[in-house]
Amino acid sequence: MAEQPLLSVENLTVQFRGDAGWVNAVEGVDFAVGAGECLGIVGESGSGKSVSALSILKLHSPANTRYASGAIRYGDRDLLTLPQRRLRQVRGGEIAMIFQDPMSSLNPVLTIADQIMEPLRQHQGLSVQAARRKAIELLDMVRISDASRRIDDYPHRLSGGMRQRVMIAIAVACRPRLLIADEPTTALDVTIQSQILELLRELQREIGMSVILITHDLGVVAEFAQRVVVMYAGRVVETASVPALFERPMHPYTEGLIRAVPNLDEDVHRLTTIPGSIPDPSMSITGCRFSPRCREAVQSCLEKPPSLVDAGAGHLARCPPRIAAGGIS
Amino acid sequence: MFRAITVRLMQSIPVLLLVAVLSFILMHLLPGDPAVVIAGADATPAAVERIRRELGLDQPIWQQLLSWFLNLAQGKFGSSLVLNQTVLSAVAERLPVTLSLAALSLAITLPLGITLGILAAYFRSSWIDAGVMMIALIGVSVPSFWIAILSVILFSVTLGWVPSSGYAPLLTAGPGPWFASLIQPAMVLSLFQIGFLARMTRSAMLDVLDQDFIRTARAKGVSEWRTVGKHGFRNALVAVVTVGGIILSLLIGGSVVVEQVFALPGIGRLVVQGIMARDYPLIQGTMLLFGFAFVLINVAVDIIYTLVDPRVRYD
Amino acid sequence: MTEVVLAAAPTQMLAERRRFRVLRKLAAHRSFKIGLVLVAILVLCAIIGPMLTGIDPTAMSIRSRFKPPSARFPFGSDQYGRDILTRVLYGGRLSLSIGLSVALISGVFGAAIGVTAGYFRALDPYVMRLMDALMAFPAILLAIGIGAALGAQASSIVVALSVAYVPRTARIVRASVLVIREMEYLQAARVSGAGDLHIIVKHVLPNCLGPLIVQLTFIFAYAILAEAALSFLGIGPPPPAPSWGNIIAEGRDYSVEAWWVMLFPGLAVSLAALGMNLLGDGLRDVLDPRLKIET
Repeated sequence: MAEQPLLSVENLTVQFRGDAGWVNAVEGVDFAVGAGECLGIVGESGSGKSVSALSILKLHSPANTRYASGAIRYGDRDLLTLPQRRLRQVRGGEIAMIFQDPMSSLNPVLTIADQIMEPLRQHQGLSVQAARRKAIELLDMVRISDASRRIDDYPHRLSGGMRQRVMIAIAVACRPRLLIADEPTTALDVTIQSQILELLRELQREIGMSVILITHDLGVVAEFAQRVVVMYAGRVVETASVPALFERPMHPYTEGLIRAVPNLDEDVHRLTTIPGSIPDPSMSITGCRFSPRCREAVQSCLEKPPSLVDAGAGHLARCPPRIAAGGIS
Repeated sequence: MFRAITVRLMQSIPVLLLVAVLSFILMHLLPGDPAVVIAGADATPAAVERIRRELGLDQPIWQQLLSWFLNLAQGKFGSSLVLNQTVLSAVAERLPVTLSLAALSLAITLPLGITLGILAAYFRSSWIDAGVMMIALIGVSVPSFWIAILSVILFSVTLGWVPSSGYAPLLTAGPGPWFASLIQPAMVLSLFQIGFLARMTRSAMLDVLDQDFIRTARAKGVSEWRTVGKHGFRNALVAVVTVGGIILSLLIGGSVVVEQVFALPGIGRLVVQGIMARDYPLIQGTMLLFGFAFVLINVAVDIIYTLVDPRVRYD
Repeated sequence: MTEVVLAAAPTQMLAERRRFRVLRKLAAHRSFKIGLVLVAILVLCAIIGPMLTGIDPTAMSIRSRFKPPSARFPFGSDQYGRDILTRVLYGGRLSLSIGLSVALISGVFGAAIGVTAGYFRALDPYVMRLMDALMAFPAILLAIGIGAALGAQASSIVVALSVAYVPRTARIVRASVLVIREMEYLQAARVSGAGDLHIIVKHVLPNCLGPLIVQLTFIFAYAILAEAALSFLGIGPPPPAPSWGNIIAEGRDYSVEAWWVMLFPGLAVSLAALGMNLLGDGLRDVLDPRLKIET
């Protein structure tokens, strides 16, 4: 990724209003996605992966959210400081997003037609007739059969998988340059999951867009992404190309995640899990946020927060003892 | 659609019957003797007895109830003792006044109540929210007839902008005087409903604005105005429609008091006059009509509900 | 019986913990606090206020008719020369008692009917159709009719307004009973042989209390407003004993020349209703889990 990335998140800190003041939901997050690339962001729930993704288009509730530091560079613009009007042109036009729960992400009282035509009319200024024709094409494109009839249905008449296809149709309507997919398959059946991922892959190729795929499933990342960012407790703990990450995970947390993925090639009898859970964001931890769960933690891990260090060839990890030791212990 | 309305109407028949029985019971709870009212204070006992027989009041109560139902089945709601008029014609004569008042009041209530509720929800926890909710709270806390009297002192007596009482019919007096005679009562009447509606709309909108599809709308690049107005309010409307019946009920109830203050010859005033004059058939008939109207209003609300929320269907 | 106790124990512990949390949340709720202070002041005024002025609220004096507010008559005097402040203070006793009585009676009967309909499902259609029919009459009209039937006195207003508000209360209680009766601990209690009465008293009633209390606070506010309206229509507590409603009604004829006669009792009604509504808003935010807390 020698040339300028399509979008880069730099030192992003997002705070939410808590009972006792502002709490950091994510802190000092950095990542970038190149043109046509697919970036995976992985972590358990509470790791800050969705918070980071929603921050790109500033989709958090403004009353309870503060973008305390950082920038989101897109071309020569910073999306965090862009005026509302111009941000709206980016939203759905140049950068689109699909969400985890297709059941609640579609408006229950508007027809599918209404909801797909909206971005077309908004960003491309199409007439009602033209937008409708385009919407039917889009439904065809996301493999919804009988599109010209389905388009006048309300969302509750469609299955979960079909609704996610509709969401994808809405997202790619204006041929965006970047699609952010926030756990797009988590709420779906396993068989539907792979269909949806396959569809996303095809559309990515066809439109030539970049994709940021947020997931808790490393298996999905391995299949789909070129590069990956691992997040833990609101921070990036490791970032690397997919082959490098799976071959040589630098952070103990990443290693744990990889071990927790069932591997069909090997005859594994038992999946390992990482004991413990993510600390509450309002809890103050001086040192490494993973140290309470880390079997390799040493004294220095508890004392000062580790920084993200380059271990070579763009492979970064937030684990100084490991990097000093030169990789896997 | 036609089938849905039929089904819903059939379902409301038991309630309609009960409303009729209740109106009957209510009249028989009233103290005093209708025969005495008709015959006058200095009538002979024999004359009173004759009238009582004519009215069928000497029969056992269940027979009276039966004949009340038989009359209702023929569309006979009885005749007023005092007005020398059938109940239906007395109501029909005053209906335009009450309908005009209600329509004007709704025309004020709906846009204002809904807009205020949406504003408060959108700017939640801000000074706009606090201000709007304070206004709404005052609206539901101030007695309407008291505000009516204060309003008359200010706008009619002191400023002389509008008449303090009386009704100018739309057809004979023309729209100007009609409007002038109703605008003050309608505004007073709206005060409570605006407060009620604004509070309902706000809480419905608060629920809706937290939903995922609002985020989807924003992610599409839809303007805030459309996000809130179209995506948000179309959903909140479902909750607002469910209280439509309550609002109309409050409106009817409120109009009784407001018609009294502004001396508007509407149905509310008719009932109050009937009660004061112990005009039993009139009270019974108008109560029954109010009850019927309200049951039918609720049917209409249910039907509108199915139109607003595509997830609900009558089968 | 031991199983029943076991089934009951977690609910009771939960209930206690919840009670504590509810109190803490209420103490932090702004509109609840304002409402509480407002209502407390008005109740206090009604209880001890009349003793402070030491004037007979019905004492007439031709020489001091229609006196505007002054040091001697802080709220002015009416057409009989009676002190409006004293009358408003005494009127508060009557009006607030009427509001409280209506809320309590509606609460008791509404809860009984709502629990019956919600718990014994066989009775539900009949009971609720009757409630629907009662609700078909606008509350104020029903109250006018019943009030007229029973004669103009405070007790008939209480009965009339209670009849109007019982169905509305019953409907709310029934709705929460319908939710509660599907809960697992209740099924467990039933399986282990607890009687209906035991289940209702121990499990069902405590769990409808939240929505019920919220509803009763609002009914209190409505009842105060309705008392005033009924008095205005001539069906309220009869003069000379003052209620807020009948002071306004009496002052109406002189509203232009002696505005103070009707202004102050009207303000009292408004403040009382406002206070109860604020209290109700606070209680609803805290007690009714369906609605989110907004501070």
